[in-house]
Amino acid sequence: MPLTIGVPKEIAPGEKRVATVPEVVEKLIKLGFAVRVETGAGDAANVSDDVFRAAGAEVVDNATALWSSSDIIFKVRGPTAEEVNLLRPGSTLVSFIWPAQNPELLQQLAARQVTVLAMDSVPRISRAQKLDALSSMANIAGYRAVIEAAHHFGRFFTGQITAAGKVPPAKVFVIGAGVAGLAAIGAASGLGAIVRANDTRPEVGDQVKSMGGEFVTVDYQEEGSGVGGYAKVMSEGFQKAQREVFAKQAKEVDIIITTALIPGKPAPRLITSEMVQSMKPGSVIVDMAAEQGGNCELTEPGTVTVKHGVTIIGYADLPSRLAKQSSTLYATNLLRLTEELCKNKDGAIDVNMDDEVIRGTTVIKEGTITWPPPAPKLSAAPPAAPAAAAKPPVAAKSHGHGKGGSPMSGPAMATLFAAAAVVFWFIGANAPAAFLGHFTVFVLACFVGYMVVWNVTPALHTPLMSVTNAISSIIAIGALVQIAPPVDPGVSRPDEWIRWLAIGGIVLATINMFGGFAVTQRMLAMFRK
Amino acid sequence: MSESLATVSYLGATILFILCLGGLSNQETARRGNLYGVIGMTIAVLATVLGPHVGTSGYAWLIGAMVVGASIGLYAARTVQMTQMPELVALMHSMVGLAAMLVGFANYIDPVASAHMSGAEKAIHEVEIYVGILIGAVTFSGSVIAFGKLSGKISGNPLLLPARHWINLAGLLVVIYFGREFLRAGSVGEGMTPLIVMTVIALLFGIHMVMAIGGADMPVVVSMLNSYSGWAAAATGFMLSNDLLIVTGALVGSSGAILSYIMCAAMNRHFISVIAGGFGTGGGTPAAAGAAQPAGEVVAISAPDTAELLREAKNVIIVPGYGMAVAQAQHTVYEITRLLREKGVNVRFGIHPVAGRMPGHMNVLLAEAKVPYDIVQEMDELNDDFPQTDVAMVIGANDIVNPGAQDDPTSPIAGMPVLEVWKAKTSIVMKRSMASGYAGVDNPLFYKENNRMLFGDAKKMLDEVLVALKA
Repeated sequence: MPLTIGVPKEIAPGEKRVATVPEVVEKLIKLGFAVRVETGAGDAANVSDDVFRAAGAEVVDNATALWSSSDIIFKVRGPTAEEVNLLRPGSTLVSFIWPAQNPELLQQLAARQVTVLAMDSVPRISRAQKLDALSSMANIAGYRAVIEAAHHFGRFFTGQITAAGKVPPAKVFVIGAGVAGLAAIGAASGLGAIVRANDTRPEVGDQVKSMGGEFVTVDYQEEGSGVGGYAKVMSEGFQKAQREVFAKQAKEVDIIITTALIPGKPAPRLITSEMVQSMKPGSVIVDMAAEQGGNCELTEPGTVTVKHGVTIIGYADLPSRLAKQSSTLYATNLLRLTEELCKNKDGAIDVNMDDEVIRGTTVIKEGTITWPPPAPKLSAAPPAAPAAAAKPPVAAKSHGHGKGGSPMSGPAMATLFAAAAVVFWFIGANAPAAFLGHFTVFVLACFVGYMVVWNVTPALHTPLMSVTNAISSIIAIGALVQIAPPVDPGVSRPDEWIRWLAIGGIVLATINMFGGFAVTQRMLAMFRK
Repeated sequence: MSESLATVSYLGATILFILCLGGLSNQETARRGNLYGVIGMTIAVLATVLGPHVGTSGYAWLIGAMVVGASIGLYAARTVQMTQMPELVALMHSMVGLAAMLVGFANYIDPVASAHMSGAEKAIHEVEIYVGILIGAVTFSGSVIAFGKLSGKISGNPLLLPARHWINLAGLLVVIYFGREFLRAGSVGEGMTPLIVMTVIALLFGIHMVMAIGGADMPVVVSMLNSYSGWAAAATGFMLSNDLLIVTGALVGSSGAILSYIMCAAMNRHFISVIAGGFGTGGGTPAAAGAAQPAGEVVAISAPDTAELLREAKNVIIVPGYGMAVAQAQHTVYEITRLLREKGVNVRFGIHPVAGRMPGHMNVLLAEAKVPYDIVQEMDELNDDFPQTDVAMVIGANDIVNPGAQDDPTSPIAGMPVLEVWKAKTSIVMKRSMASGYAGVDNPLFYKENNRMLFGDAKKMLDEVLVALKA
């Protein structure tokens, strides 16, 4: 008995998207499912009931009937309390949920004994990209943000020289170079604007350039990449430096598009009202973080306001304003998820909690809350390795002085160990105890030296040599103890000879000692950043 | 000061030495590391002088000796040019070697040292003396020759005696034979002859060993001698039953050994074959006569054109070599770098591990010229960036930028990692003439289409480039 996928009409005000489109309906049916769509579900996205019918879906007149007869519900927005009550126990819901922000909704759903897959909780790993609805929505939002800005901006984006005079190009500053930010950079530079962008994660600089933008860095050393390729909260010092950069940009640019979001936190306040005041009249700010409180102090979520002559766009429904496009992409994301759930193409789903992608997406399994999932194994973009601590990339191997190290082939290792064992046995069997004490110290010191020196950066090899050279003048001690040792009475000792030999030794060793340390100091004083 | 107190002081000094080497692992902590070394050395010397083994009658002598040594050492450290660092380091190694020899002899003729020993203990003590003097002598003479070669007083060409490996082997057998004689000797007088014969052989061996090594392998030799000076100190420590000497010697010895190994790996050469010598033929005939010789046009470029290229570039990588050190051009290089960076050009330095004549030589020179160390990068850090580089400027380097090491399996330097300057949009090689490098291998880079040659003395040409840049 194939399962039924139900797609209700979105009831949130202003929501124009729909969770499936006819092209996807056909593919879902091929996977073995039956698809039911509420009448009028696709109207706002320019998809009529007839087209759904033609694709093989059954159009249901009544929402209650649809919810109660479906095994799986595909939705865009998270369900309202009424909708939760329509869910059939044991059924599966797929939609945006935002479990961190909506704990009550999570409780209600769990009480309903359903399985819930949250499209906002798809793990950020390569394999899951095809079902990453956040990215596809962010992409649309970034594009639409530029279009909205262009709509409210009184000038061309591109610079032109016309018979009627010269038009300077618009300058756009994008804050946050995530998916939305990059899409905005691409769209804005496509329209001909000069685009600059900033992000706390330095590794996205190349991505910004690849989209045609110029990366503006904040001159402050701090790594801004959090887990999963998202940004994290930055330190006070960084934020101050960042504000200075933004203040400077605000004076120069015509359009600011902010996309800065930190997972599970209110959006950072990056644009102050002073910065808005400093902008040229007629400028536009698109605050894409409006729903999470806004990156700009003056943003009014959901609407467009004009403050200090600057238009501030706080729409929280940018993807919905491109309903057809976002419905298509979202429906495709859902299709990919369905494929993951239905590997056998038999119209049945298996919520396999051993699968990393499905595990991460599932927030409620049969009435049990399984959110938050265990941390993802890998960050989407590995953080850049600190360059300063680069080590010589050569593997330790045995070399001329009879010391071994890793990595080494098994037989070579065994031979070395065998040889060492023989040597140790020989020494142990023959040498007196006093010697063995010194021998122990010697071997251990070799290993200490070996461990310590591997970490020395190649730039410091010369100072290292001169300092080890200075240290080796410790041999002076050998000469010092010979110059006038306490002598038992009655022992004849060639004092003169020994004294002069020892003095020679001391002079040579002290030349080395003082010269070595002094020259090392001199060299090290030259290294500067 | 009691025996125990002296021992504890030695322990403290040992820890400070380890911290010293550890501190040298990066630029931020390096200065503190050096300070640890100084403190450790001060503690060690004071503990010894005030300890039970030095009588008050010796104070005048030892203070006099130390003052003399200290003034010479400090004077040398003040006056040495940074380009002469390799020579200075080699010379200093020789002093450790000579000191180890002298201490060994003094210890042997001192009846107090072996007063309470007998049987195996005495034999071991004598072996320790013998080995200590042996290592000391090799270090001494080897370092003196290395000094001569580095300072140009002796030709950098390897001296290859016929049957040189057999000579070394014979020397080793003689040393072993006299070692046996030495152990059998009943009195100090009888033992002296074998000891002196061995010392002479060891000195000759040291000379022979370093003479046979070509100029290009000098970084390995310098770090190897560094290692030897450590082993000499360790051997002296065994002789005197002094743990501080043993530990310190072992630290220095293993540090030098690791450096040698790193240098060898950087040249893709086996340690043994470097020591066996005879590699760098010092600018004579190409070593691979049978191999296909690179052919084509060499395109020269003038200093103003070079400046033009640099000015228009966005990314520049400078690859310095020994030639920059010889011409003392590092300050001009810095001036050019500063000018270009002010214009927003991304200038970096690519340092090959064996560039120059000792490990890290180039870094020290560039640091002297105030080049910030964060734009001075290792080969592995920037080798992948050459395709995005507009101009790669090679200053007085040859073998380390030879594409033959990658393309030509018959090349004598095949397999050696090199800086891939030819992948840059344009490479400029500054050279005095078309002579080949130390490895004696012709460089196909010069004939590449995107390569330009800027002939002349590096310093003079760079000055001209600088003037043109400022104009």
